[in-house]
Amino acid sequence: MEEALVDWSRAQFALTAMYHWLFVPLTLGLSFIMAIMETIYVRTGNLKWKKTTQFWMTLFGINFAIGVATGIILEFEFGTNWSNYSWFVGDIFGAPLAIEGIMAFFLESAFLAVMFFGWEKVSKKFHLTATWLVALGSNLSALWILVANGWMQNPVGMHFNPNTARNEMGDLWDVLFNTTAVDKFLHTVSSGYVIGSLFVIGISSWYLLKSRHISFARRSMMVGAVFGIISSLFIVITGDSSGHHVAKTQRMKLAAMEGLYEGQEGADLVAIGVLNPDKTVNNDEEAFHFRISIPRLLALLAERDMDAFVPGMKDLVHGNKQYNIPSTHEKMQQGDKALKALNQYNQAKKAGKDSLAAAHIETFQNNYPLMGYGYFEQPEETVPPVGLTFYSFHFMVILGFYFVLLFLLVIWSNMNDTIRDKRWLLRAALYTIPLGYLASMLGWVVSEVGRQPWTIQDLLPVKVSTSHLSAANVELTFWLFAAIFTILLIAEISIMVRQIKIGPK
Amino acid sequence: MFETLSHLALQQYWWVIISLVGALLVFLMFIQGGQTLVGQIGKTDMQRDMVINTLGRKWELGFTTLVVFGGALFASFPPFYATSFGGAYWAWLLILFSFIIQAISYEFRKKPGNILGRKTFETFLFINGLLGTILIGTVVGSFFTGSEFSVDTFRMTATTTSESNITRWENTTRGLELLGNVQNILLGLSVFFLARIQGALYAINSIEDEGIFRQSRKQVIYNAIPFLVVFIAFAMMLFTSKGFAVDPQTREVFMEPYKYLHNLLEMPLVGILFLIGVLGVLTGVGVTVFKNSTRGIWFVGAGTVLTVFSLFLIAGFNHTAFYPSTYELQSSLTIQNSSSSHYTLTAMSYVSLLVPIVIGYIWYVWRSMNKKKISAEEMETEKHAY
Repeated sequence: MEEALVDWSRAQFALTAMYHWLFVPLTLGLSFIMAIMETIYVRTGNLKWKKTTQFWMTLFGINFAIGVATGIILEFEFGTNWSNYSWFVGDIFGAPLAIEGIMAFFLESAFLAVMFFGWEKVSKKFHLTATWLVALGSNLSALWILVANGWMQNPVGMHFNPNTARNEMGDLWDVLFNTTAVDKFLHTVSSGYVIGSLFVIGISSWYLLKSRHISFARRSMMVGAVFGIISSLFIVITGDSSGHHVAKTQRMKLAAMEGLYEGQEGADLVAIGVLNPDKTVNNDEEAFHFRISIPRLLALLAERDMDAFVPGMKDLVHGNKQYNIPSTHEKMQQGDKALKALNQYNQAKKAGKDSLAAAHIETFQNNYPLMGYGYFEQPEETVPPVGLTFYSFHFMVILGFYFVLLFLLVIWSNMNDTIRDKRWLLRAALYTIPLGYLASMLGWVVSEVGRQPWTIQDLLPVKVSTSHLSAANVELTFWLFAAIFTILLIAEISIMVRQIKIGPK
Repeated sequence: MFETLSHLALQQYWWVIISLVGALLVFLMFIQGGQTLVGQIGKTDMQRDMVINTLGRKWELGFTTLVVFGGALFASFPPFYATSFGGAYWAWLLILFSFIIQAISYEFRKKPGNILGRKTFETFLFINGLLGTILIGTVVGSFFTGSEFSVDTFRMTATTTSESNITRWENTTRGLELLGNVQNILLGLSVFFLARIQGALYAINSIEDEGIFRQSRKQVIYNAIPFLVVFIAFAMMLFTSKGFAVDPQTREVFMEPYKYLHNLLEMPLVGILFLIGVLGVLTGVGVTVFKNSTRGIWFVGAGTVLTVFSLFLIAGFNHTAFYPSTYELQSSLTIQNSSSSHYTLTAMSYVSLLVPIVIGYIWYVWRSMNKKKISAEEMETEKHAY
């Protein structure tokens, strides 16, 4: 029964977040692409660029509406379904959400109306400013929610207040400039830019395949591809940096991403591989049925040292004395001490025994960094689903490199005027649109599934984060969300396809 | 600047901000109110289009204000966020579902290929107008009547899912029971009829059409009467009921007869704001009905903001529990026992300095876009018409 509640709450969050993420990246990317196109229009006065901007703006509007619709629930879902979590971190987590609203959402919503309806009502320059502010607002809103997510992955800048049973902020700048958060923001928004680019290139390719709106399509394609290649380079840099930080703060996640069970000095990076599903941290089976590895690359990327030791899941669960890695069992004992001390502190305080309370609180503080481990019964509970994490990570990376290749080919062919002859390239570009979304979703799977069972790394596991609800309530709302969002998605795709067929006016 | 303020001063500052955002949200519910009047104000297809388009250029602002209301509550009073949203689950979920279907309806309504058809999206807008207003009013009503929940921070050391919840809603109807309380419902209905009055007034103010003017004016009258009935009934119940008082020394919560009337009288400024607010609403209705003015929305809007603002202050100030528990009185939430830490409130207070800038650019954009009223001619030429 309890597991059912946790699973349905998890499923609902995954469902709503992933639906939302179907629309956000295009908003992030397309908003900048439109702003660039409108800038060209304002600078050159060429009306063709105005029409180009307006066409992409129509598609942006359709996508934006459903992005907003699927987004509102996320603002409230931390409370409705994760009330224990909200209590535990509200003093820190709420702030970025509020700042997001004040700084970003209002910027978006106020200037959106100017962007759509202001062509004839305000000056050219004011309109252009509005378009840029919508892009800025969208990206700022991504910043704050990703700061919040980064904090869950790597909690910093806070202390636990035993009297209020929650973490309280010690330094806003630590939370904001948390390296995990900065990497996460840059990596995630640039994935949105790549999706925006793939979308523009894919749709433009369809027009070229149909020999319609040729100059419009080639203009759009060029802006998309150049924006895409720059964004892709950015993704590679921020991806590398993210990996490096994961190695420091979430070693279990890194091991799962790589299917690394036994730690290795000068660890290899798996380029492609097929995992052995029977492999666990408790047996000696081979981890892979098949793999192609690049020697020492994992050590280099993770530790910036080709000879460094990268711990595997077995080392992290069972401990490794040689490298001074404690076992999960030891961490569980520490976590248990923290929870017991907190309980004893509460009782001593209630009984008015201040010196006893002070002693308990000292024990608590010493063990607090691993408090979350006190909630587990088995050390193996701390291992995330390895297959899902591993395959998601590898497919994402492979797709990322494929996108770079595609952008280069499109730019090259468009520049030397051969793009219309390369129908295979146009088709590939069209069919790559869904792959862009897939890659981005896989990224979230790596990030979130890879850090299970934690809601907040080392401090709070998912199983004690939920609201006090019966599983049936959450199951019902899960299906309601699934039904509503699916219907809206079908309507959205249908409208989008129709608008694309209608084409620029 | 804010660092030097006491924790209590910051808590009060933030309750004022929450009250202001809540008040602006109810003003912006002219959008929801208007959505329920599309058929009555717009008799022809063109008129209905004009009503939907004038509301459609503002819906994002109302939606964003709701989101900010939630975010600001999370940041400043996180235990309330954890208790109410996780507790009154179905009340909040129904509110959210109604806003989800609003968000796509303007954009999708007349787009070719929308599969559900124009009527469905207009029905979605109606549902949002009906449920959004009544349910938000009802939930805010529980700030005065209480809910069945308990709070115990001890529980977090339990290691099982069901025992570790710090806050627990102590019934199985999960917020739907709030609809069974007459006082809550009266506030919900007051918000609903007020939103409709505002919706009609906004149509008068922003659309150039004789028929719409006539039909809207009629709706102002039709909705002002039930509004007055339910609002006066709500006010009478509120000011004669027992309230959830907090002993300033022991912080113990206890029931005090006429607590909210006392709050009104003991905070004369709040009492004056409340009266000016109610007068503003009546004046706005009066100038529209008797003088055919098109500016009634500004009187009613300002009146709404002041009235709702003062109601929030009555709920949270003057040693009152703003989110009371009828299940366990001492679990009630007050601005003192449920706020963020001094540090977080200070940091957020600096962020709040951005609010005047936000209001400034919203006002500027509003004026730029509303300089010219929406007309049938514009509907025919506008490329992005809803």
